[in-house]
Amino acid sequence: MMTLFDWIIEPLQYSFVLRALLASMIVGMVCSVVGTYVILRGMAFFGDALAHTILPGVVISFILGWPLAVGALIMGILTAVGIGALSNQGLLKEDTAIGVIFAGAFALGVAILSATGNYTADLTHFLFGNLLGVSQQDLIVILLLGTIVLAAIALLYKEFLVISFDPVLATTQRLPVTFLRYTLLLIIAVTIVVSLQVVGISLMMAMLVTPAAAASLLTKRLLPMMVVSAVIGTISSVLGLYISFYLDITSGPAIVLLATAIFVMAFLFAPERGVAWRRRS
Amino acid sequence: MSNSGHISRKRGVAHQTASPTLELKRVSVAYVSGASSGLTLRGAQHAVERYALEDISLKVGAGDRVAVVGPNGAGKSTLLGLVVGTVKPSTGQVNVYGHGPTGHTCIAYVPQRSRIDWTFPVTVKDVVMMGRVAQIGMFRWPGRRDHAIVRACLEKVNALHLMQEQIGELSGGQQQRIFIARALAQEAELLLMDEPLTGLDAPSRDAIFEILDRLQSEGVTVLVATHDLKMAAARFDQIMLLNRRIVAYGSPATVLNPENLLTAYGGGEMVVSESPAKSKSAAE
Repeated sequence: MMTLFDWIIEPLQYSFVLRALLASMIVGMVCSVVGTYVILRGMAFFGDALAHTILPGVVISFILGWPLAVGALIMGILTAVGIGALSNQGLLKEDTAIGVIFAGAFALGVAILSATGNYTADLTHFLFGNLLGVSQQDLIVILLLGTIVLAAIALLYKEFLVISFDPVLATTQRLPVTFLRYTLLLIIAVTIVVSLQVVGISLMMAMLVTPAAAASLLTKRLLPMMVVSAVIGTISSVLGLYISFYLDITSGPAIVLLATAIFVMAFLFAPERGVAWRRRS
Repeated sequence: MSNSGHISRKRGVAHQTASPTLELKRVSVAYVSGASSGLTLRGAQHAVERYALEDISLKVGAGDRVAVVGPNGAGKSTLLGLVVGTVKPSTGQVNVYGHGPTGHTCIAYVPQRSRIDWTFPVTVKDVVMMGRVAQIGMFRWPGRRDHAIVRACLEKVNALHLMQEQIGELSGGQQQRIFIARALAQEAELLLMDEPLTGLDAPSRDAIFEILDRLQSEGVTVLVATHDLKMAAARFDQIMLLNRRIVAYGSPATVLNPENLLTAYGGGEMVVSESPAKSKSAAE
């Protein structure tokens, strides 16, 4: 009979599963921490858009045989700066600017991809991730960029807190507000690049928003919110991968469904704030 | 730098102690409509420029407590924004201790309560610690001294016991007091408050004036934007009556006379009682 130990160990004898596990753990953690800023600053739409606009960069890297992260990162930076510049002119609202760039860039990516050979299979990988295809090299890139993102957040924690909570205070403290805003956009862009292979473009939003949203119902301070969000993200990723292995479901959706289930639990049963809790009182 | 200037212990430019705490010289701010309307007047040289504030000149001395009063749309918030540095003058000059506001970290701003997201995951202590950000410096975390200062500032506003509360759990008066504590943590010498007393009950107001009295005795200069004339007259040594221009500025007794009030508020009140519909369309 299969014991729990066997259940856990069994998939890990395949090295590609082990790499997938490590990759999804890192991504689950990094995405969830960055996600706290995404939801507190109301940037969910921006995050979703950024995930889609990197497609042409990814596709071009893919065709040229570069690491996917290179093209994605260039495209991510261009988008973040482009959206900022477009909405700073005061002619368009930010979400309008995002909408225009979002759809245009995504269409460009699909168009380029459609002109190449294995269109359907490749597009599926980009849209929904290809966790089991994570190579040694990919894993190193994920680890490196993930570490940079978490280090940047640790170093600029209080500055990001101030620009998110009270931008006028940031001005009176003479913080470099524009620099900090663009740095945060860049951090989100890098996070999306890191997560591309794990959840794919179309489910990126869930990794950025869902664990952080669940954590926001369970905590009252930013730092604990980040920690709880990271724990939820990591648990969803690891368990999601096992579920994917045993039930033969695609890994990205399995991870996202698990995170969503945790969110629903938090929404219903969070101490004092959950729906069930309120009903009783 | 002149000999009278002293090097500030804190970040930011040195203060020219010979200069007034706050000085505006012929400042105007052209009205720029929001991005949402899709129209801006920036660069539209031929358009008739409208001013949120026009030709403002004033001096405020150290330790003064000034109420900025005027009708809605008089430019009270814009005036505070000029001093904070978030609003740039179209013409003229704003000086704080002899320098433009952007060099200073000694200016603290307490926003209108409606402008703050009270559901944000921060405790009272976190908010007050935000006042220390400039002093702590980039890339660093607060040290023991910063924690001690935060406690001391909370003690000054009688809110030490609230330290661990999430800010949304506080009463209006408590919320206002912890933002004053944040200004203290910032080591502010010039404190600007936008409608701090709106919606507060009498005991909460008294508590805030008690704190402001203490600040005044410590030489902190305070500018408060308010629409409450009666309170301004009772509690402030100076009143600035504003309606896009400075109508009058001085002690309550000299400022609050019928002609000045008529100039600042116009016949608005009378029109309302005669024909509400007419005044409404005029306001739009």
